Amino acid sequence: MPGSFILPLLLALPILGAIFVMCTPKGESSLHRGIGIAMSTITFLVSLLIFKNFDKKADGFQLVFDVEWIPGLGAHFKTGIDGISIFLVILTTFLMPLTLLGTKKAVEKHSREFIASMLVLEAGMLGAFVALDLFLFYVAWEVMLIPMYLLIGIWGGQRRLYAAIKFVIYTMVGSLLMLVAIFYVYVTAADVLGTYTTDLEKISTVAFSYQAQIWCFAAFALAFAIKVPLFPLHTWLPDAHVEAPTAGSVILAGVLLKFGIYGFLRYAMPLFPHGAAYWAPALAILSVIGIIYGAFVAFAQDDVKKLVAYSSVSHLGFCMIGILSMTAMGISGSIYAMLSHGLTTGGLFLGIGVLYERRHTRRLAEYGGIWKQMPLFSGLFLIIVMGSAGLPALSGFIGEFLTIFGTFIAGDTLPQGYSIPMPRLLGALSATGVIFGAVYLLFMFQKVFFGKLDKARNGKLPDLRPHETIVFVILTVAIFLGGLFPRPLLVVMEPSVQKFTRDFGRRVAEPDGPAHVYGSLPQKTAQATKGGRP
Amino acid sequence: MDPSSLQILGLPMLAWIPLLPLIGAFLNLTLGRRISKASAHTIAIGAVALACILSIYLVASPLWQLFKAGAGGTGIEQTIYTWIEVGSFKVQLAFRLDTLSAVMILIVTFIGSLIHIYSTGYMHNESDASYARYFGYLNLFTGSMLILVLAANLPVMFIGWEGVGLCSFLLIGFWYENDAYAYAGRKAFVVNRIGDFCFLLGMFLLYWAVKDISLGPEAAARGSLDFANLRNPAYGPAYADAFWGGERLAAAAGIFLFIGACGKSAQIPLFVWLPDAMAGPTPVSALIHAATMVTAGVYMVCRMSFLYSASTTALIVVSTIGLITALAAAFMAFAQTDLKKVLAYSTVSQLGFMFVAAGTGNWVAAVFHLGTHAFFKACLFLGAGSVMHGMEHGGSTTPGDITTMGGLRKHMPITRITFMISCLAIAGIFPFSGFFSKDEILAGAWAVDPPGWPDWYGELLWGGLLLAALGTAFYMWRLYFMVFSGNERSEEAKHAHESPPSMTMPLVVLALFASIAGFIGLPHLSMKLPSITHALSSWLAPSVTPTWYMPNTVEQLSIAVHESDTTIFSLAGIALAIGVIGVGSAWVLYGRGPSPTVDKLVEGPLAKPYEASKHKLWFDEIYDVIIVRPFRTVARGLFEVVDRFIIDTVAVNGSAFIVGLFGRLSRWVQNGQVQRYIAGVVVGAALVFAISDCGRKPTFSYKLSDGEYEFTAEPGAGVGGANARLRWDLDGNGVADTDASGNPLDAPVVKLRAGEVGSHVTLWVEDPISRKTVQVTREIREEEK
Repeated sequence: MPGSFILPLLLALPILGAIFVMCTPKGESSLHRGIGIAMSTITFLVSLLIFKNFDKKADGFQLVFDVEWIPGLGAHFKTGIDGISIFLVILTTFLMPLTLLGTKKAVEKHSREFIASMLVLEAGMLGAFVALDLFLFYVAWEVMLIPMYLLIGIWGGQRRLYAAIKFVIYTMVGSLLMLVAIFYVYVTAADVLGTYTTDLEKISTVAFSYQAQIWCFAAFALAFAIKVPLFPLHTWLPDAHVEAPTAGSVILAGVLLKFGIYGFLRYAMPLFPHGAAYWAPALAILSVIGIIYGAFVAFAQDDVKKLVAYSSVSHLGFCMIGILSMTAMGISGSIYAMLSHGLTTGGLFLGIGVLYERRHTRRLAEYGGIWKQMPLFSGLFLIIVMGSAGLPALSGFIGEFLTIFGTFIAGDTLPQGYSIPMPRLLGALSATGVIFGAVYLLFMFQKVFFGKLDKARNGKLPDLRPHETIVFVILTVAIFLGGLFPRPLLVVMEPSVQKFTRDFGRRVAEPDGPAHVYGSLPQKTAQATKGGRP
Repeated sequence: MDPSSLQILGLPMLAWIPLLPLIGAFLNLTLGRRISKASAHTIAIGAVALACILSIYLVASPLWQLFKAGAGGTGIEQTIYTWIEVGSFKVQLAFRLDTLSAVMILIVTFIGSLIHIYSTGYMHNESDASYARYFGYLNLFTGSMLILVLAANLPVMFIGWEGVGLCSFLLIGFWYENDAYAYAGRKAFVVNRIGDFCFLLGMFLLYWAVKDISLGPEAAARGSLDFANLRNPAYGPAYADAFWGGERLAAAAGIFLFIGACGKSAQIPLFVWLPDAMAGPTPVSALIHAATMVTAGVYMVCRMSFLYSASTTALIVVSTIGLITALAAAFMAFAQTDLKKVLAYSTVSQLGFMFVAAGTGNWVAAVFHLGTHAFFKACLFLGAGSVMHGMEHGGSTTPGDITTMGGLRKHMPITRITFMISCLAIAGIFPFSGFFSKDEILAGAWAVDPPGWPDWYGELLWGGLLLAALGTAFYMWRLYFMVFSGNERSEEAKHAHESPPSMTMPLVVLALFASIAGFIGLPHLSMKLPSITHALSSWLAPSVTPTWYMPNTVEQLSIAVHESDTTIFSLAGIALAIGVIGVGSAWVLYGRGPSPTVDKLVEGPLAKPYEASKHKLWFDEIYDVIIVRPFRTVARGLFEVVDRFIIDTVAVNGSAFIVGLFGRLSRWVQNGQVQRYIAGVVVGAALVFAISDCGRKPTFSYKLSDGEYEFTAEPGAGVGGANARLRWDLDGNGVADTDASGNPLDAPVVKLRAGEVGSHVTLWVEDPISRKTVQVTREIREEEK
C-alpha cells in the first residue's frame, strides 16, 4: 500500500530522537531542547505526508502497515488510520513541537531526560492512535503511562509524588481489567476464528455472547472512562494537572485525555455493541452530569490550573455524549471537539505556564490587572479562552454545537436495540454547559487580566518573548481556522464516521447467541430479532 | 444582471459589508500599539463608512430593482462557502439582503459611522494603545451586528448573536482596571449566554421539527435552517402539517428563541445587564442601545415572523413580557439620578414597546420603532456623553449625576437643542418621529385580534402601553429639566462648556433624523396620502408574514386590521394627550430644577414606590439571593463535599488506604525473624486443625428409595479422609463383604436391596498414613427399612 511506511516512521522518529538526545552530554539544556524541537517538528512534517496518501472518500483503514511481530501469540505490528484517527494523529504531532517551544525555559533540571521522556511519550501516543492490533495497542497504551509518570514525578510541583502515583494507579486499575478482557477476547475469538490473533479487524468480525459483551465492555469502558475522564472517575486529573510541569499538562489535556473517547470509538463500542447498548444510558447520564458538574466545580477553584483541569471534565463530557448519540453529527462533533479541546485547553495550559514561569504562583488571587502589563499575551489568551467557551467562528463552537445538536435529534435515528434516555432532555442539559462555560472562564479571565495592577510583583512581568509569541499566534490562528473552516476536516471524517454508525447498527441488531462470526447465525433466528433496519 | 452574482475582489458583495469593519477591527487590534491615533480612527471610521456606502448602494440599486419587480421578499442571497457539513446537515456561510435586513444594515452602518466619528472627540484622552483597542472593539461590534442582521440562516445569525455578546463584554469592561466595570462586562456576557442557550434550543427544536420534511431538490441541498426555506409557504402540505400544524412545537421553538431575544434585547427577566452596561464609554452605550445589540432580539423576532405567526401562544408570551418590561422599566427610571441610568431604563422600556408590537404581529411597527428609537436614543446617549464631557471639563468627578447639573442650556446650546428634540421624539409629541412609531404600536395593539387570544387582550396591551408612555414622557422630561433648565446646582455645571464639532455634528444629524424619520410610516387613512408616507410598510411587506398561519385551512387570516379614520385619529389623539400630560407634569415638578413638592412627595406618600424605583425593584438583589449565591454555594459544596470528600477522600484514597493497610499488616508479619515465622507456622497449623473438621469421627449415612438402600461413607475431612481405605459389612455378619466378583466392597457409596440388609451395618475406615482402622457400626432402624 502506498505510504504505508509513514506510520511506522512516525513512531520511530520520536524514539530515535529520544535515543539521540540521551547520547548527548548532560547539562547542555539548549542542545537538548533543540533536538527535541527539531525531532518533533520533523515528526510533524512527516505526519503531513499522510494527507498525500489518504483517500478522503474511503471509509476503511488506510496506510496499513502489517508485519508479524510475535508469531506464537498471533500478534502483529499492524498500524493504520482512518477518518477517526487521522486528525488525532496530526493533533499529537502538531502540539508536541509547540509545547516544547512554548515551555523552552520551563525545565532546567535534567533537561536531557525531560526531552527524552516527552519524545517517548509522543511515540506512545502515536502508537496508541495508529495501532490496529490489540496487543500493540495495549503496549502503546502502557508505554504512554511511564513517561507521563516521570514527567509528573520528577519535574512536577510540590505534591508531585502523590499526583504521579495517583495518576498511575488510577490508570492501571482500569487498564488491568481491560487486559483481562483482552485475554478473554483473544481466547474466544481464537475459538471462533480457528486461529490465535490480536488483529483488531479480524477480531471485530466476531460477535461475542451477550453476557460476555456486557462484562468486556465494562472492563474496557472502565479503562477508557478513567482516561476521559468521566464523572466520578475524574479526581486524578486535577491533581495530575496541578502538579505536572506545563509541558506535561499540555500533552495530558491536549492529547492523553482523547484516548478515552478514542478507545470507546475504536475498541469498546465496535467490539461489544450489545455491551455498549447495555451501558449507554448510564454513560450518557454520567457524561451530562460531568458537563455540568465539571463546570460548577471549575468555578469553585482558586487555582488557575485546577480550574482549567475541571473544565476538561466538562468539555470531554460533550465528546462523550456526542459519541453516545450514535448520530453522524454527534460523533463527528465529538471528534471535532477533541481536536478543538487539544488546541484551546493546550493553549490555556501554555498560557498558565507563561504566567507561572514569571510569577511562580497559580493562585487567582495573586493576579489581577495583567492586561496592562502583558497586552499581547492577554489578547491572545482571550482568543483561546473564547475558543474554549465555544464562541462561534472559533473552533470550540463547532464541536459543542454538533455534539449537542446530534444528541438533541438522536431520538429518531438510534439503531434498533440501542437507546439513550430522553435524548432531547440530555441535549438541553448539556447545552447548559454553554452558560456555565462562560461563567467560569470569564471569571478566571477577569480575575487574572482585569482589575487594578495592584500587586507589586505583577508590575514587572515581561510580555511574551518571541518564541512564546510564535506558539500563541500559531495556536490562535489554528483556533480561528478551526472555527471558520471546519468542513474540510468534517468531510474527511465523514466516511469513517458513517461506517462506524452503520457497522454499529448492524452489529447491535445481531441476535444474541454464543460467540460467532457476524452474520453466521442461522438466518431465521437472525430475521426474528433483526427488526426493520436496512 | 443577477444581483446574486455581484462581487468585489472575488468575494460576494454582501460579504464585504460585515467584512470591512472586521478588517478594520483586525488592523486596529493587531497593529494598535504601533500606529498613531489618527491612523487608528481613520481605519475604523473608513471601514464603517465604506460599509455604509456599500449598504446604501446595494439597497438603493439592486435591492430596489428587485423590490420594484415584486421580488423584494426573495432578496439577494449570496453564499461564500459551506461552513459546516455533516451527513445531510449543511450550513452555508451565506448572507441575505432583503427589505428587512436592508433597514437594519442602513441603521447599523449609518448610526455606527456617526458614533465612530463622535468617539474621536470623546475618547481623545485615552492612551494610543487603548484608543486603537477601543476602535478595534467598536469595529468588531459593528461587524458582528452586521453578520447578525445579514445572516441567511440561524447558525450564521448565531455567530453575530454571540459576537455582539463578546463585544459588549469587551466594551462594557473597556476600563478594565475598575473591578466594577469589568464585572459589569462579565455580567452582560453571562446573562446574554443564558439567552443564547435558549436560542440554541429554539434552533434545535426548529430543525428537529422540519428535518424530515422534503423541501424540494434544491432546498435539500441547502439545509433547512435557512430563512429562505423556512419562510417559504410553498413547500406543500407535509411541511405545514409537520410543523406549522404542530402549534405546540412552534410555540416551544418560538418561546425559546424569544428568551434568547430577551437576553439580547434586555427584557425581563434577563434585562439586568443593561443598566450596568453604563460602565462602558458613553459612545459604546449609544452603540449598544441604538445601532447594535439590543435591537438584535426585536430584529430576530421579526425575522422569524413566519414562526411566530404560526403560534399565537408564543406571541402572547412575547407581548406580555414586552408590556411588563415596558411598565417596569419606566417605573425604575423615575428615581434614577444618573443621567445614563435613566436613558438605560428608557431603552429597556422602549424595547418592551417593540416587543409588544412584534407580539401583536405588528412587525412593521416593531421595525419602525426600532428605527426611530435608534435615532433618538443614539442622539440622547451621545448628548449625554457630551453633557458628561462638558461636566468633566468643569471639573466634575461624578459627571453623570443629574442632581449636580441644571442650567446647562446656557453652556451647551447645540447639545441642549438636539437633546430636546430627542426628548420630544421619545415622549411621542407630534410631529417628531417617536409619535408616529409609538402610535403605530398602540393602534396595532388596540386593533389586534389573533385567533386564540382573549378578545380584550389587545385593549389591555394598549392600556398598559399608554401608562408606560405616560411614564416615559414624564421621566424623560424630568431628566431634560434637571439637566438643562433652572440654575446651575454646582460649581462644575457653571464651568461646563460645549463639546467639539466632532461630537456635536453627529448630534445634529441624529436630531434631524429623529425629527423627520416618522413620516415614512404614517397610518393608512381613507384619504390618499403620498406613497412615501407608507414607504416603510410597503417596503417591509415582502419580508414579513402578513397572515396568521392556520393549519388545515385554505383561507388565510390577515394580521393587520384596518380601523376607521375616526378610530385612528382618536387613538393618536389619546396618545398625544398622554405625552403632553407627561411632559406637563414633569414641567410642574422639575421645570426650574426639582421643586420642593418633589421632596415632600418622596419623603411622604410616595416614599415606598420611590425606594422601589431607586433599587430597580430589587431585581439585582433578588437574583443575587436566588441565583448567584446559590450557584457559588453549590459550586463550592460540590467541590468540597462531592469531589474532595466523597470521591477523593472516601472512595479513592479510602481504597488506597485499605490496600495500604494490608500492606502494613503483612510487613509486620514478614519481618525476617525465624522465631516468629515458626510461631506463625504453629499458630497457622493449629488454626487449620481447629477450623477444618479433622477431628471428626468417620461415619456413614443411608437412605431408602425404590426398595434399595444407599449407603454413603463420610470418612472425615482432609487428605486422610479422601484417601482412606473403606470396607463395608452390609449383611450384618461381622465380616467385610465382597461383591459378585469377589472384590472387597470399598466404594464410598454402595447400594443393596432392602431385604438383604442386616440389622447392623459396619464400616471400617483405615487411615492411609497411620494404618489405624476405625470401625463404625450403626443399627438400621425398622422404620427406615
